[in-house]
Amino acid sequence: MAVELVKGNDALLRGAVLAGCRTFYGYPITPSSEIAESAASVLPTLGGTFVQSECEVAAIQMVYGAASAGERVMTASSSPGISLKQEGISYLVGSELPAVIIDIMRGGPGLGNIAPAQGDYFQMVKGGGHGDYRLIVLAPNSPQEMCDLAMLAFELADRYRNPAVVLSDGFTGQMMEAVEFPPPVSELPEKEWAVRATAETAGNLINSIRLDPEELEEHVINLFAKYARIEAVEARWEEVQTEDAELVLVGYGFVSRLLKAALGRVRSRGLRVGMLRPITLWPFPSQRLRELADTAKGFLVAELSTGQMVEDVRLAVDGRRPVAFHGRYGGAVPSVDELVAAIEKAYPEEGRSA
Amino acid sequence: MSNSAGSTVIQWPESLYHTFHRKPGGGQESTHYCPGCGHGVLHKLIAEAMDDLGIRERTIFLSPVGCSVFGYYYFNCGNVQVAHGRAPAVGTGVKRALPHSIVISYQGDGDLAAIGTSNILHAANRGESITVFFVNNAIYGMTGGQMAPTTLEGQRTSTTPRGRVIEETGYPLRMSELLSTLHAPVYIERVALTDAKHIMAARRAVRKALKAQVDGKGFSMVEVLSPCPIGWKMEPSKAKEWVKEHLMPAFPLGVYKDVIAEREPRVRSAPELNVEGVEELFAAEPTVERTGEPTWEGIAERYREPQIKIAGFGGQGVLFLGSLLANVALRKNFHVTWLPAYGPESRGGTANCNVVISQDPVASPMVSKPTVLMALNGPSLERFEPHLLPGGVLVYNSTLISQPPSRKDVEVVAVPATAVADELGHTRVANLVMLGAFLGHTGMFTQAEVEVTMDQTLKQAAMMELNRQAVERGFGSVG
Ligand SMILES: Cc1ncc(C[n+]2csc(CCOP(=O)(O)OP(=O)(O)O)c2C)c(N)n1
Ligand code: SF4
Repeated sequence: MAVELVKGNDALLRGAVLAGCRTFYGYPITPSSEIAESAASVLPTLGGTFVQSECEVAAIQMVYGAASAGERVMTASSSPGISLKQEGISYLVGSELPAVIIDIMRGGPGLGNIAPAQGDYFQMVKGGGHGDYRLIVLAPNSPQEMCDLAMLAFELADRYRNPAVVLSDGFTGQMMEAVEFPPPVSELPEKEWAVRATAETAGNLINSIRLDPEELEEHVINLFAKYARIEAVEARWEEVQTEDAELVLVGYGFVSRLLKAALGRVRSRGLRVGMLRPITLWPFPSQRLRELADTAKGFLVAELSTGQMVEDVRLAVDGRRPVAFHGRYGGAVPSVDELVAAIEKAYPEEGRSA
Repeated sequence: MSNSAGSTVIQWPESLYHTFHRKPGGGQESTHYCPGCGHGVLHKLIAEAMDDLGIRERTIFLSPVGCSVFGYYYFNCGNVQVAHGRAPAVGTGVKRALPHSIVISYQGDGDLAAIGTSNILHAANRGESITVFFVNNAIYGMTGGQMAPTTLEGQRTSTTPRGRVIEETGYPLRMSELLSTLHAPVYIERVALTDAKHIMAARRAVRKALKAQVDGKGFSMVEVLSPCPIGWKMEPSKAKEWVKEHLMPAFPLGVYKDVIAEREPRVRSAPELNVEGVEELFAAEPTVERTGEPTWEGIAERYREPQIKIAGFGGQGVLFLGSLLANVALRKNFHVTWLPAYGPESRGGTANCNVVISQDPVASPMVSKPTVLMALNGPSLERFEPHLLPGGVLVYNSTLISQPPSRKDVEVVAVPATAVADELGHTRVANLVMLGAFLGHTGMFTQAEVEVTMDQTLKQAAMMELNRQAVERGFGSVG
């Protein structure tokens, strides 16, 4: 079987191309620029479009335009650039436009640094823009998933007419690992709602203004009915040795790999530790965490932030079990040793004696 | 604008809806604009031109945020409502997706000349093939009469209650003048909606601007001085006079740029799926054929499951060395990860990467305690030697590192990598000499396996012989 050793960022762009995306708008920012650079190299040779916009605000609005026209379209940025896109993201949701947004997170707040971080969980999962909405948020932890989840993001965005996000970090973007690429998508979904500059679509309107409160309320009700459908079927996660776990580790993206290494170490010492890795951050695998709280005696969440996803874990566990937290931030990354120590500290006493 | 009140229009243009079904209440025939407002007049001029040019069905009208936010109530074509100031960016996305479309970016002066200044400037500068109708009414109409960038000196608005003070707020922005300094735009004209004569001139300008787009010539803009009786707190007739007496002197009418005749039409094609193109493009990527089961058989226990750090200065090819080693292992069906230091850590002349090779899926690609260190220069040795695990392997470039490593609890392998590379005539293959030496010393992979991997993954056939020799010399150097 032929495989390629590919960087996460390259795998992601390739996944987007395989998913039928031919249009990229973006503004350079480390550590996401490589995605724009690959797009600039690949898309024009395929007859696609690459535009380096004047800023991130413009990029997301170009995405809005291309999405209105029915294109599979993407933009990629890193944290400060994502902050700038938030108004546009809210408009995309308001107008029910599918689009894919890549966030290769870096250290913040402010200009911060370009080291890997996970401080954008709130702004992506909880809605950094205005109004009531959700984004579909996918969190890869390997170059293979950078490809696979980029493809999935386009599919889900189109299926639900909602922006989808691939939320990753500098390490997952920069690392190389073996990737097996699926064949390219050969057919794209019809979008009869789009404005295509044709007689059939001349009556179409892409719009997010609803002046009448009742009308807007109804629109939001419809959006959230859609979100309920998404929550029911689209949550994805990976579980590692949870069957007998006294303590369940929860981490996403790059951190999950560190947790897995730590898990291997403590398992060999006889601690019954498992891991749940959310692959979709929204919809969040709350239901599964709730079930695990029936058997596990505690949870330990690790993030490259002061604790953002941990709030969702606590909501899911709902006070039934202690949820400990270990965070590093500002671009710092925990060592496996450090996580092993955190696990030992969080490991439930009852589990130890059992 | 009401569809019965057209003074100069005999026929109601098809490009405007006859009854405004999208307007709340439905089926109405009057617009939401105030009496005497310029927006309605301009809508009609645009719609007539769309009719005449036969472009209604392929026109996409972008309604801004401003009094014309509901442009889509009226225009009988594809409609997109956009964020404040961003129509030129949205238009860029629409037009590039649909090159056959006619994109109309309809904007007010707050929209275009304040919040969206950068977007209009860059769309114009890229020469996006869109047409902008810029309604300059020297005020923010929709939000209740605040100052616009085009508000005149001394003009009272709700945010300049004592009149606009230049020292505080700057001068009225002349966008047509500004944009006409750019090379890309093909046509920029300023007109006014006052009397019949000026409206006729406006009609010609609107048509010409749209025609330029139809002909694929590029970016066109018509700035329209337009009365806002409500914002100015005047009777409609007085407002028209005010345009003449105050706006026109500050914003002189005329053609600011017209190079339509001399520009060649530019035809873009729409993005397509082109599946074969994709397959062809990626078929050229370097893949390795995975063979067999990964095994450490015959390899000394201490070399198995290595955690490798490779470091040197930028330009020594340490990242490449790491990726080649990772590919050699991948071909043998091992699990591998490669992680570079990036950003500032990799600047200032240093570069390093981490490679993990394992029979099992690799959890963490970070190597903080390496079992193998390949140091290609002095600073790298200094920096990473302390982290090497006891019993580990330290391969160093003895040409550039005169002070041998001090650690006594690790295996030290000195390789005159740069000297050997120089003998081969290419300093830059020192990295491959290092790789050969490391593999030769540990027996981890064979020279033949490296060669096959290079054949499968490297594109430059011309370099192949040199690369092969460098690896060979590396293997030879540790005998
Ligand atoms: C991001 C954002 N900032 C501010 C506003 C509020 N706003 C709406 S319209 C407008 C000004 C409109 O003035 P202009 O563009 O001159 O159009 P007019 O109403 O005069 O036709 C402003 C400030 C907004 N909708 N969005
Ligand atoms: S406020 Fe001014 S620009 Fe707005 S509709 Fe009324 S007259 Fe026209």
